[in-house]
Amino acid sequence: MIIGAPPAPEDRDRGGPGTPLLDVRGLTKHFGGKGGLFGKAKSGVVRAVDGIDFSVAKGETLGIVGESGCGKSTTARLVMQIIRPDAGDILFDGEAVGSQALSLGDFRRQAQMVFQDSYASLNPRLTVEETVAFGPRVQGAKPAAALAKAHDLLHRVGLEPRRFAGRYPHEISGGQRQRVNIARALSLDPRLLILDEAVSALDKSVEAQVLNLLLDLKRDFGLTYMFITHDLNVVRFMSDRIMVMYLGKVAEFGPSEPIFEKPGHPYTAALLSSMPSMDPDHRTQEAPLTGDPPNPIDPPSGCRFHPRCKMVSTLCSQAEPRLSTMGEDHLAACHLADPQSGHPRLAAA
Amino acid sequence: MAAVDLSAVAIPPAERSEGYWASVLRRLRRDPVAMAALAIILLIVLAAILAPYIAPADPFRGSMARRLRAVGTPGYPLGSDELGRDMLTRLMYGGRLSLFMGVTPVILAFIAGSGVGIFAAYVGGWVNTVVMRVIDVFFAFPSVLLAIALSGALGAGILNSIVSLTVVFVPQIARIAEAVTTQTRNRDFVEAARISGAGPLTIVRVHILGNVLGPIFVYATSLISVSMILSSGLSFLGLGVKPPEPEWGLMLNTLRTAIYNQPLVAALPGVMIFITSISFNLFSDGLRGAMEVRQ
Repeated sequence: MIIGAPPAPEDRDRGGPGTPLLDVRGLTKHFGGKGGLFGKAKSGVVRAVDGIDFSVAKGETLGIVGESGCGKSTTARLVMQIIRPDAGDILFDGEAVGSQALSLGDFRRQAQMVFQDSYASLNPRLTVEETVAFGPRVQGAKPAAALAKAHDLLHRVGLEPRRFAGRYPHEISGGQRQRVNIARALSLDPRLLILDEAVSALDKSVEAQVLNLLLDLKRDFGLTYMFITHDLNVVRFMSDRIMVMYLGKVAEFGPSEPIFEKPGHPYTAALLSSMPSMDPDHRTQEAPLTGDPPNPIDPPSGCRFHPRCKMVSTLCSQAEPRLSTMGEDHLAACHLADPQSGHPRLAAA
Repeated sequence: MAAVDLSAVAIPPAERSEGYWASVLRRLRRDPVAMAALAIILLIVLAAILAPYIAPADPFRGSMARRLRAVGTPGYPLGSDELGRDMLTRLMYGGRLSLFMGVTPVILAFIAGSGVGIFAAYVGGWVNTVVMRVIDVFFAFPSVLLAIALSGALGAGILNSIVSLTVVFVPQIARIAEAVTTQTRNRDFVEAARISGAGPLTIVRVHILGNVLGPIFVYATSLISVSMILSSGLSFLGLGVKPPEPEWGLMLNTLRTAIYNQPLVAALPGVMIFITSISFNLFSDGLRGAMEVRQ
């Protein structure tokens, strides 16, 4: 089928292949903190995302991993401008989002998002085809054209329009609903697709099907993915590069394989060793990470991970580690990765 | 965009699923209580509408000789009132005003209250706070007292009592509308619509209304019984309909002096109010049940 073919990438590629599709600098969002209506006691500020930098190259998949509450989803919503950042710049293909060159509307046409909860992200009163055709309709497509596009996309995501177009969300399974959500996100021909835990709620077998679908779509439509998950196997399968987040900060950032082979941050190492082993002789006997992440209202001093870190020293509670280079493009925010930090274990090694 | 005319592609006919409202109707039809209540409501409404054609007598012509006849007296199937008018006839005619004055304020309040509540919730922020705090002021007064106070201030009359009852119900419906809209607007599909570039009006029309009007409507139907009782109460107090116009609340008032002579006849208007309002309540319950099954 040729209909609904994505626009040739070069048409819209203003910055050229060298410019990252998405470039985020100093993104910050603190929730709360204002006094109540009657000037009640100030509640704490939740530092959901606290000054993170990252970029997504054209055509790659950036995986974002971390525990619950580390700011993964907030980052996605900040990038989509569903919630307003307190500070930071978001550059899309070299243009600042919201600037004269790239209005918020233009940006949103090129960046779409798939949410975790496949049911909550579909309007229960609309049929599948109405949901998918909504975006093109809003952007001014004629009803027949929008519907044809919806049917084509449903076909692309593996839902036969003849059977599924007239269905309501509660009549189809979770995996099928998530396919509808993917079709809906693709209906505006985006270049960047943010997948916020898009497969986390699915059965393992369905999850694998949807992941393969996402890989196919990425190739066919020339997409770039920002893939948010807490599942390390999934992120390894999907991602070219990985960003590990901890309490609103970047803990480690770099290409997928080096991170899995030689993690530079003790937190990443702990996450990796928490993956269940397939070999019964190598069962994980001890929990590699204990306790919950600290309260982001009152994050620990120095390195935010130090209360749970095995490699902790007095330095860690005093100074916040810089992002230090471990290898090519591989950054870790740990004193151990920084030869100048003066961490006692560096001298011992 | 690849230069392909999308509209030229034939769309194969898709299987249609039963729509939401069709499924509500199907479940409602299976609910015997709701159906019985609906039948009673329809019967009363029909009797009221067709009163000029089927009523056995003239609702205004009395007879001093045949006052306060008992139920079952020949020629007076439900007895006669304190001025010798046929009770059956007056109950049928009375339904016209009582139903009108019970339903109209709810319809008006449904429109106004939904508008206020959905607007406040969708805009959110300080606008929502201001609107909802103003609405809270109305909740400071018991609704009966508020209706009486407003009717008293506006003066007696059908129109004024409708206005005052509408004012009583708008805050109640607005509060429900605000609550369900706030719930709905925070769901992911509204955010998804927003990031596909839809404006607020489109989002409210396509994504909010369909999900909130149902629950608001159910709540409104449960207010009909309250509205009927309140409007009858206003008439009873002389703030609504004026004699000799037949209206159940007013009839209850004028017959109360006969409570010792003909208790059954004197109670009839009250029985009608009771049956009608409980039918509306049961129907509203059934509707809520039929709508609550998975959306």
